[in-house]
Amino acid sequence: MNFDPRYANRNFASVGTRPIRPDGIDKVTGRARYGADFNMAGQLVGRVLRSPHAHAKIRKIDTSKAEKLQGVKAVITAADLPDLTDGDAAMYDILDNCMARAKALYDGHAVAAVAAIDARTARQALKLIEIDYEVLPHVTDVDEAMRHHAPLINDTIFTEGLEEKPAKPSNVTKRSQFGHGDVHAGFGAADFIVERSFRTEQTHQGYIEPHACVASVNLDGTAELWVCTQGHFVYRQHCAQLLGLEASKLRVTSSEIGGGFGGKTHVWAEPVALALSRKAGRPVKLVMTRDEVFRASGPTSATSIDVRIGARKDGTITAAEATLRYSSGPYAGSWAEIGAMTAFACYKLDNVRTVGYEVLVNRPKTAAYRAPSAPMAAFAVESAVDELAKEIGIDPVDFRIKNAAQEGTRSSYGPVYGPIGIGPTLEAVKNHPHMKAPLKQNQGRGMACGFWFNFGGQTCVDLNIGMDGSVSLAVGTVDVGGSRASLSLVAAEELGIDYSQLKAIVADTASLGYNDMTDGSRGTFSSSMATISAARNAIKILRDRAAQMWDIPVEDVIWEQGHAVAKGDNYGNLGKLSLKEIAAQSGKTGGPIAGHSELVADGAGVSFATHICDVEVDPETGATRVIRYTVVQDAGKAVHPTYVEGQYQGGAAQGIGWALNEEYIYGKDGRLQNAGFLDYRIPVCSDLPMIDTQILEIPNPNHPYGVRGVGETSIVPPLAAIANAVSNAAGVRMTHIPMSPPRILAAIEAEREG
Amino acid sequence: MVEVTLWGALSQLAGGKSKVEVEAKDIRELFRKLAEQYPGFEPWIDRGIAVAIDGVIYRDTWGKKLPEGAEVFLLPRLAGG
Repeated sequence: MNFDPRYANRNFASVGTRPIRPDGIDKVTGRARYGADFNMAGQLVGRVLRSPHAHAKIRKIDTSKAEKLQGVKAVITAADLPDLTDGDAAMYDILDNCMARAKALYDGHAVAAVAAIDARTARQALKLIEIDYEVLPHVTDVDEAMRHHAPLINDTIFTEGLEEKPAKPSNVTKRSQFGHGDVHAGFGAADFIVERSFRTEQTHQGYIEPHACVASVNLDGTAELWVCTQGHFVYRQHCAQLLGLEASKLRVTSSEIGGGFGGKTHVWAEPVALALSRKAGRPVKLVMTRDEVFRASGPTSATSIDVRIGARKDGTITAAEATLRYSSGPYAGSWAEIGAMTAFACYKLDNVRTVGYEVLVNRPKTAAYRAPSAPMAAFAVESAVDELAKEIGIDPVDFRIKNAAQEGTRSSYGPVYGPIGIGPTLEAVKNHPHMKAPLKQNQGRGMACGFWFNFGGQTCVDLNIGMDGSVSLAVGTVDVGGSRASLSLVAAEELGIDYSQLKAIVADTASLGYNDMTDGSRGTFSSSMATISAARNAIKILRDRAAQMWDIPVEDVIWEQGHAVAKGDNYGNLGKLSLKEIAAQSGKTGGPIAGHSELVADGAGVSFATHICDVEVDPETGATRVIRYTVVQDAGKAVHPTYVEGQYQGGAAQGIGWALNEEYIYGKDGRLQNAGFLDYRIPVCSDLPMIDTQILEIPNPNHPYGVRGVGETSIVPPLAAIANAVSNAAGVRMTHIPMSPPRILAAIEAEREG
Repeated sequence: MVEVTLWGALSQLAGGKSKVEVEAKDIRELFRKLAEQYPGFEPWIDRGIAVAIDGVIYRDTWGKKLPEGAEVFLLPRLAGG
């Protein structure tokens, strides 16, 4: 990488301002095109048949009647998606999840699909497909799945990460462990120890736009896919591999995205739509219903977590340990591993140990959800930290400040931290007016901290300067939260031009080099680094062109505030040349002017947040209302502060829903009982107070502007902050998320009864 | 020569050692030599391992130099949302 990403302190002209987002008007007027808004000539309607059983062997599928129905153009089963994964276990799981092969592994697992001339015919065809199932015992609960006699979901899986390979297969796919020091000795030195067990239920990201795509496979092996995704290049790779296509011949265009939050990082419908199109010889549109999104896309893990923390009378934590059990659906995952890494990341600990267990259950394949796995671990740890502070008799904020990690601290997951923001967020919370505001009867206040790693990754940007001096920026990271605006600000900053001169687009996979997906809070971090690099490359060319126009050496030309300036006493009579003037002459000075960048944006800075929450709990009904909420988070550098605040507010809003209402409810038959927004209740505007935000800027040393990711950390503290607030309001420690009215009432009644 | 700290799962594949010493100038050479020394690491490297060098996590920059005396940690390559 011929680019120096190190942070350099500077004054900004564009970065840090709040212009209107370029995609805003289209979105509010309904002109923006989402996944289902695209059509191809002659397209068919795709529909998927799904298993009604949580766990069943597929003995036989008979599609003959469906195929004979007039208007049906293709029917596919797993036989139409042969295994081309070449021993890649993770890809095989994706393939099996797209279309069940030997067994249906959860209620909603795809078992067949049809393409027909209209939706009615497609639905009729699904009813004509006959499947002979042998129903098997199932397990949907994470703790039950670990029991000795639990139904075995995959008899080829033996627990990884044990000292000796186990003799018997298990629903536990992996054990992972992190930590340092001597936990036993640490607890021995403690004056107070808190030990608690916690549970969190499975939640869905709840994006408003369902999965949708239009696929077209041609006879010559070329194909197109229009799709709602967080990563069209990754979708291209996965679809090409699963269908045996050449990646460069599959052109994937990402639509606008109506929410992803990690849930649109995996393929489900797309390989099915491509396979249907290949068989039918016509384009196929496949749009999931809300019911399908709940039953058959990727929710987060359900968890069961034990935490133990010890401290001396002076408030120093002497030891901390946690055992974390995370469900991963019916396929292997690494979700508990992430929970085990993040659980105690906020604290400076001499003795810490975390152990994670990945657990198979008959539920949909777990997918990422915004700082995946961290919110549940933070809920357990931050609840125990609050309780320990109370036992010692120390203010919970002061207790956290005393034990907060800082630069030079060895993190609980291993490496030593560079400059980090946990201490400053806690100090900001301590001094925030919210912490001093009075509370009324039945109200309680809670606060909690959260951590997330943030990622970088492969990134590619093209910056093209038109002959009229306008600039187009083609990026490959899908814009999930305003990154086209923030990246335009970055390009404007580097070029020294006005934001209005720029137009940023998300390029398709045929127009730009490979980009990793927009996950891990990497969109603005990575693509801004590539944009800076591309702009600096363009400036080199602009300087060269100005030198030609002036007929002077390029070394004597510098770039200042959007202009080429000739430096030196000999050039006193030369005025500045603007970008527009140089662009106008580009045809005669060497052709188009562009800057490109291809890089791996590594070195993302870790991120911390501290939240404050006030709630009111009705002791008669157990209903909880959030009455005030404040987010304090380190952004490194807020490129577009309004969208940074939006990320903070969005994470808090989703966390509030997760903490109070949202959960997958399964019946004894292993079927999901609440696959719709009426029964799976996400918060709406009227449920939420205005969420206040405070942006801190502790620069990331590994980004030219100091940028850290901001998209995920904001969902880490809310579960714990709200649990601490509810526990304080209700006078009983809440240990089970969501804290729905029945759970709160039961906890209050149990406390009363002693 | 750099001292490399392994996380739990890799440590077990290295016979219980939590730290190993490797003569490597960059991440690429580190992975190659670790795979030679501990064949069990190979599938893990294929699946993706992140390397923290003096606290900064690198996931894909295999050309990153390993300075003498640097603190090198191997970590699982994580998913994000």
